[in-house]
Amino acid sequence: MSRVAVLKGGRSLERQVSLKSGARVEEALARLGHDVASIDVGGDLVDRLLVERPAVAFIALHGRDGEDGTVQELLEVMGIPYTGSGVSACIRASDKVLAKHAMRDDGIPTPEFYAFNETAFRELGAAVALPVIEERLRFPIVVKPACQGSALGIKFARTPADVPTALVAAFSYDRKVLLERHVSGRDLAVSILDEGETPRALPIVEAVPREEDFYDFESRYVIGRTTFVCPAELPDQVAERAASLAIGVYELLGCAGFARVDMMLEADTEELYVLELNAIPGLTETSLLPQAADAAGIGFDELVERILDRAGEGG
Amino acid sequence: MKSSAMRDLMALTEREDVISLAGGLPDTSTFPPDSYASLMRTVAVNSCARALQYAPTEGLARLKRCIVDVMRAEGMEVDPDEVLVTTGGQQVIDLVCKTLVDPGDVVVAEAPTYPGAVPTFCAYQADVVQVTMDRDGMRVDELESTLDELERTGRRPKFIYTVPNFHNPAGVTLSLERRRELVRIAHERELLVLEDNPYGLLRYEADPLPTLFSLDGGNFVIYASTFSKILSPGVRLGWTVAPRPVLEKMNIGKQASDLCSSSLSQYFVAAYFEAGPWHEYVRSLIEIYRRRRDVMLDALAEHYPREAEWTHPQGGLFIWATLPDYIDTTDLLARALEQRVAFVPGRAAYVDGRGGSSMRLNFSGVNENQIREGIRRIGEVICEQVALYGTLTGAPPASDSTRGAAGSSAQTEPAAPMPDAELAKILRLPAKRKRAG
Repeated sequence: MSRVAVLKGGRSLERQVSLKSGARVEEALARLGHDVASIDVGGDLVDRLLVERPAVAFIALHGRDGEDGTVQELLEVMGIPYTGSGVSACIRASDKVLAKHAMRDDGIPTPEFYAFNETAFRELGAAVALPVIEERLRFPIVVKPACQGSALGIKFARTPADVPTALVAAFSYDRKVLLERHVSGRDLAVSILDEGETPRALPIVEAVPREEDFYDFESRYVIGRTTFVCPAELPDQVAERAASLAIGVYELLGCAGFARVDMMLEADTEELYVLELNAIPGLTETSLLPQAADAAGIGFDELVERILDRAGEGG
Repeated sequence: MKSSAMRDLMALTEREDVISLAGGLPDTSTFPPDSYASLMRTVAVNSCARALQYAPTEGLARLKRCIVDVMRAEGMEVDPDEVLVTTGGQQVIDLVCKTLVDPGDVVVAEAPTYPGAVPTFCAYQADVVQVTMDRDGMRVDELESTLDELERTGRRPKFIYTVPNFHNPAGVTLSLERRRELVRIAHERELLVLEDNPYGLLRYEADPLPTLFSLDGGNFVIYASTFSKILSPGVRLGWTVAPRPVLEKMNIGKQASDLCSSSLSQYFVAAYFEAGPWHEYVRSLIEIYRRRRDVMLDALAEHYPREAEWTHPQGGLFIWATLPDYIDTTDLLARALEQRVAFVPGRAAYVDGRGGSSMRLNFSGVNENQIREGIRRIGEVICEQVALYGTLTGAPPASDSTRGAAGSSAQTEPAAPMPDAELAKILRLPAKRKRAG
């Protein structure tokens, strides 16, 4: 039993999800008998940590600052062990472009993509290259901000005329965006829980949109418009391949503690493609990691305890 | 329902370090603390036990007499018995829906409509049909054709919801001619109209227009107003005057919702109005808000790109601005929040995903310097996006700079009345289309 600071909220666009994750973690920690200090991360974070003097920090932050290595770096400086991945893994995972380059270099399948900073368009005339990109990726093309964890800013471009609008929208969230080939198929999430020498892949969750012919990215965040199936009904060899890819990405990026890997099972080819890894996936009632853990017989309190046990291994 | 991602974004607008032009807040810092203390003392000395007790569901008789005075100031004569005191004007919308709407029933509203009414309509599963506005408010010709079309399919709206004065969010006012037309339509078709009038007394220019309620004579118009904008939203008090059968049902609905509105607030507000100079306080608010509106209009002219358009409200709290259709204001808000400034994305004022390139700007809740700085910051991010779009499409925008940049606007268009003259265009609905995701 120790004094645990739960870091939640913050200023990222995923503040609300984080507040829910944090509140749920706090309840679990209290049930487990820990002494909990709740910190809504803001300008007084360092002061609060100095006052609270926690033995360990449970990071329930999502998105900018919390998931991208910033808060982790601060905790390193202050010598406070924390849950989940370390600074460098967080930096690699939160930047989809860095993560995808690492995957591609390592031979892990990820949808073909091109990424640009805003300056490429503003100062280097990259727009002229768009038709080439469009020809290579084929429509529809997914346009995403490089560092944004939620559905915000992710756009579908179905025709060349959609691309500039989609880019303007995506650049609202980040100065770097990627254009990615759209993989049409089944949307899978593989949660990873680190249990010592080898990370373990939990049962796979499949997100099934209600409107099958039109996949709206926002629907996965609207209750009732997407149903989640866990464990996903997949042939054994596909499930095994998905688990092994997820663990491969987890190790490649140097993660620790836990993570969630999102991937697509392409309908036409039956190939798996990794989209991204979330270093601090949601821990709310409807989040996928807790669902996956539950399917593996690990209740939420136990999940929190296991994550806490491995704190300090990310740095 | 709005997506949770949108709600998450809106939650960030409440951060302390953000200049929020997103709220609908009156400036309560203008109310003298001494007056507040003295009124509370009056309540404590004269009505302590009663102020701490339940009140009648329909509201305190004393307060209802004050409401009669406020309505008289807008040219309406009512009997205190006809008034139902509510917990803010918002509760009137809720009670009207509760009384009249079954799932699937049609409610007609303006396009755009008050964003706070959208979740209420959705909660009662109303099928909201939105009618276009232009510079003279709701287009009653379109209303008639919409009603005809509904009639052909055997559907009859439960009521028509409208904010005739200084519309939230559009900033426009329903013309006298259209007020008469709307009342005529209500009479001819025997349709109820919910007239939501929170801002009527906050008029900064031109003469007041008669309310729908006074034109109608209390037959088909349910009137709703509030103390939120002329005194304080913190007291959470509004009221409604409605045709008797509707009012009785709303009274029963209110009993079920909250038994009564806060007695403490009712005694406080009654004491305030009985003390006398409430007109003076409203006049002081009008002076402050008029200046803030003018500051915002000037700042918009200086900092928004020439591709943007906006309304020129004669009163109220809001300006509605519309950007080129390639800019999505929900996404733009994310970038604006980085610059620590916020507004309400236009999509919040529609039930069907339209309004994507518009925004609602509030000028009453922050001071003049914050308005200038807030609009400067939003203008900057819009200009960046306009320029980016230009480089992406190879078609540079009409100008690389804002309208206010030296000499740039004078070359192609008349300088001064430009936004006003373009009102109809601003409020024209963009074609409905499915979002890309």
